[in-house]
Amino acid sequence: MLAFLLRRLLTLLLTAWLATVAVFAVLEAVPGDPALLMLGVNAQPDTLAALRAQMGLDRPMAERYLRWTAGLLRGDLGVSLTYARPVAGLVAERLVVTLPLALLSLAMSTLAAIPLGLLAAARRGRGGDWAVMGFAQLGVAMPSFWIAILLILLFSVTLGWFPAGGFPGWEAGVGPALKALLLPAVALAVPEAAILARVTRTAVLDTLGEDHIRTARAKGVGRAAVLLRHALPNALIPVATVLGLQLSFLVAGAVVVENVFTLPGLGRLLYQAIGQRDLIVVQGVVVVLAVFVVVVNALVDIACAMVDPRPRAS
Amino acid sequence: MRRLPLSLWLGLTLVALLLAVALLSLVWTPFPADKIRVVARLRPPGAEHWLGTDHFGRDVLSMIMVGARNSLSIGAMAVGLGLVFGVPLGLAAAALGRWGDEILARLGDLVFAFPAVLSAILLTAVLGAGAVNVVLALGLFNAAVLARVTRGAAQAVWRREFVRAALALGREPLSVTLVHVLPNVAGIVTVQATVLFAVAIVNEAALSYLGLGIQPPSPSWGKMLGDAQTHLFTAPLQAVFPGLAIALSVLGLTLLGDGLRDWLDPRHRTSGIL
Amino acid sequence: MPNRKPRPAAAAGLAAGLLAALAFGSALGGAPALAQTRADVVVGMALEPPHLDPTAGAAAAIKEVTYANLYEPLTRVDAEGNVVPALARTWTVSEDGLTYRFTLRSGAKFHDGSVCDSADVKFSLDRARATDSVNAQKAYFASIAAVETPDPGTVVVTLSRPDGLFLFHMASGDAAIVAPESASTNKQKPVGTGPFKFDRWVAGDRVVLVRNPDYDGPKPALERVSFRFISDPAAQVAALKAGDVDAFTLFSTYEALPEFRNDPKFTVTVGTTEGETILSTNNARKPFDDVRVRRAMAHAIDRKTLIEGVLYGNGAAIGSHFPPHRAGYVDLTGLYPYDPAKAKALLAEAGLPNGFDTTLRLPPPPYARRGGELVAAMLAEVGIRVKIEPMEWAAWLEKVFKGKDYDLSMIAHTEPLDIDVYGRADYYFNYRNDRFKALDEELNRTQDPAKRNALYGDQQRLLAEDAVNGFLFMLPSVTVQNAKLAGMWANRPIQANDVTGVSWK
Repeated sequence: MLAFLLRRLLTLLLTAWLATVAVFAVLEAVPGDPALLMLGVNAQPDTLAALRAQMGLDRPMAERYLRWTAGLLRGDLGVSLTYARPVAGLVAERLVVTLPLALLSLAMSTLAAIPLGLLAAARRGRGGDWAVMGFAQLGVAMPSFWIAILLILLFSVTLGWFPAGGFPGWEAGVGPALKALLLPAVALAVPEAAILARVTRTAVLDTLGEDHIRTARAKGVGRAAVLLRHALPNALIPVATVLGLQLSFLVAGAVVVENVFTLPGLGRLLYQAIGQRDLIVVQGVVVVLAVFVVVVNALVDIACAMVDPRPRAS
Repeated sequence: MRRLPLSLWLGLTLVALLLAVALLSLVWTPFPADKIRVVARLRPPGAEHWLGTDHFGRDVLSMIMVGARNSLSIGAMAVGLGLVFGVPLGLAAAALGRWGDEILARLGDLVFAFPAVLSAILLTAVLGAGAVNVVLALGLFNAAVLARVTRGAAQAVWRREFVRAALALGREPLSVTLVHVLPNVAGIVTVQATVLFAVAIVNEAALSYLGLGIQPPSPSWGKMLGDAQTHLFTAPLQAVFPGLAIALSVLGLTLLGDGLRDWLDPRHRTSGIL
Repeated sequence: MPNRKPRPAAAAGLAAGLLAALAFGSALGGAPALAQTRADVVVGMALEPPHLDPTAGAAAAIKEVTYANLYEPLTRVDAEGNVVPALARTWTVSEDGLTYRFTLRSGAKFHDGSVCDSADVKFSLDRARATDSVNAQKAYFASIAAVETPDPGTVVVTLSRPDGLFLFHMASGDAAIVAPESASTNKQKPVGTGPFKFDRWVAGDRVVLVRNPDYDGPKPALERVSFRFISDPAAQVAALKAGDVDAFTLFSTYEALPEFRNDPKFTVTVGTTEGETILSTNNARKPFDDVRVRRAMAHAIDRKTLIEGVLYGNGAAIGSHFPPHRAGYVDLTGLYPYDPAKAKALLAEAGLPNGFDTTLRLPPPPYARRGGELVAAMLAEVGIRVKIEPMEWAAWLEKVFKGKDYDLSMIAHTEPLDIDVYGRADYYFNYRNDRFKALDEELNRTQDPAKRNALYGDQQRLLAEDAVNGFLFMLPSVTVQNAKLAGMWANRPIQANDVTGVSWK
């Protein structure tokens, strides 16, 4: 188990590193000079050269990449070209927005999806099932940025209950900060919940057909108890796996949703950094995201291994 | 003949409707979709403009109709590109065995390390915004997904008795692939392609929303939503109709995909009842 | 979207009015602070600055936060566009126009408590013109030959050639006076001599400034100023309505203005900027090298509809590259009336009866994206088939502006009095006209305002006759603010959100 996890970790880290090579190469090919972007239309050639030298952009591409990688191995993500600040600090500043956003939407989607999935499984083929599955189909079909716009329309523009965008920072208090995160989290959670509800329903139905459940039922264990005590724990494994897989989609969704709500999160940082040709920031964020996905997937694997009562096949 | 699942029927109906609207837009729309009349801007839905007008006074219904054509063709091309490159790659990887497999898996990892929208954003930064480049970016992602799916399905086929028998009889791997493997993976690939079609429509909308996709005067649902967002206070309904069009198309395609899966593999009804 | 606008900064205006500013300031200071009046203000801006060092970046947002509030140059530009004293209390200019003698305010202190004297001024000016300078407007300092400091309160700047714009340039944010100890950290922890000092920066949300108790000039009425960054139009409107921001400057959600105008809680001002918005045309490329084609395009564009469609009517049409609010303006908007038939005829005359295909490369600002869409539709009416290519700033600057690789583009040129760019052979319009250059040289030699204005008029006429670019409209400076707020600038003579004179009624 440990060896397997290590192997996976290594491959995924290798992938992340390859991704930085790809990103580096791509951003080199993109037209746009960060120095010109910072100094604008009246910048003189000598000023641009001076700024490029200051940023280290006058060095050959390979040297810059190696230098960045060497820094990475020491745990140094480099200094942003645009903001003139260490990338680690920038990322940390943005993570306190994106991480709570992701966790909040994850929590909301799980809390909504599992009971809904259970309900659908319990009422298989009846009204409840139809309603839940109908919602699930719709939830998958609605793009999260549209949900985001609709939420703004209803709760910000019409009712004025929530801000239409922006983030006041955590030091403004937990209340206002959470308030700013709630709508974006819902926008991300709806498609998430739709997928999870479907997976939960299928998984519960699958486990209901298994022998130990039939045995339990035959022993006279009540219907609800079977569902909650036997079927659900087993069904949680595929649910958790899907949850882990969904994480990268959550990140992608966050890029767009953070832009709709102008939240200063990691996704928006990445999006802006691409626009600003701030290679160092783009790569830093890519690495952090990749590591994040790796860690979560590993955690999901471990959790599954611990929850799964059945003997492992291999 | 097995009974067709309800989801298949619903999906087919929605997709047919979408197709009909797209085709109709070739010969008729209530107004020319690019006809600008600034004096008539941001009108609410009414008798003249059924779904109202946008910030330049263009007819929203006409734009949505032409937008359907754009969405469908971009989705189709992105999926087509994915099929053309992904399926042979997946088949080859399965036929070549270990190392072909390994290379494909790593390449796939690389593509998946980045969410599709992000790689599309990066690619459009290199190639420039526009419909063609969006097709390329989404097609690349689709190729990676389809290669992976095809490989998985093909590997399962290769392990089956009749394929081994064919090989034992001296059949070339290429002909085995074409005669035995391909027909057996066609179903699952079709299902996956349908789902990717839906994903492509959503991603195209997201990119156009960010201004990177289809360019005016050609209307795009995503760009319409992006424009509508600046008018949420003055013309709130503008933000509803294009989104509805996206949701209905995606709904149709996912239902179609689910229905196809259930129909092809009735033992494992993942989708549930719908 | 990239949060950078290539809005080159430069000072403008004529010396006057420190007394007026002082009187205004003391009137505010003299008003007894009632218990219930607020002493803080939240100003909304669309874009967040990348950092807060105006001497090392062109982003307008840097100056919009820091100018006159946090940093002071030797001279400064006031609300009317006049150059007035700032760190320099007074100055004298020698007969030959080569020696400027500045007398500094004796009590000026940096926010870290250190005294600001002539050594700091010398440091700042020398730093801006050094070989390794990264000043976005290094050319402003190009005429300086030497900076001397006979005593702590005096700076003598010697020029290598007469420079009529020197005082204007020294009034720009790029010429802010900084201290050697803090110059390298100003990007994150700005230290200036202004009436406000830096408090904190909540990334992605706001920068907070607080009143500098040690300021030696008139104290501002406000104790605290927050600049909030809200790029989304709906969020801007919502923030104003909810009272989360007290004023929004350079507000561009024009369709929401009628609602604010009808609400007595708000005041809407529509002022001027220096931003001439043009359809940039590559004069070296076919078929745009033919003046008939350029004139045809001028006839094909309906400015009134364009201004209505993009600015909801809140902007003045222009017929050449000169703002209507400036002395020397000549109204040339009637030269090419909207006339599609005439446009088609001109195209036919130029050998293009079936029109032609071309590409319009657009930078990110909404006025360009929206305006570009409208212009493309108008050109299509006369047979010019336009393909729209949106670009990020980085790509636009590199390809269009620097590489001159484009047919058409659309952009607001926001530098004051920037008609001289048409005399630059290497400028991205690829426009070459010796008569224009001759006029430019004459302008450089001329001091008399009336004669200068006449020369500006000739230049405007020349550009209009040549239809060098599509001359479209002036970007407005729209401010939506709480009706109880006083002292916000209505116009934008320079990139600034000067809140030193702002108070609550």
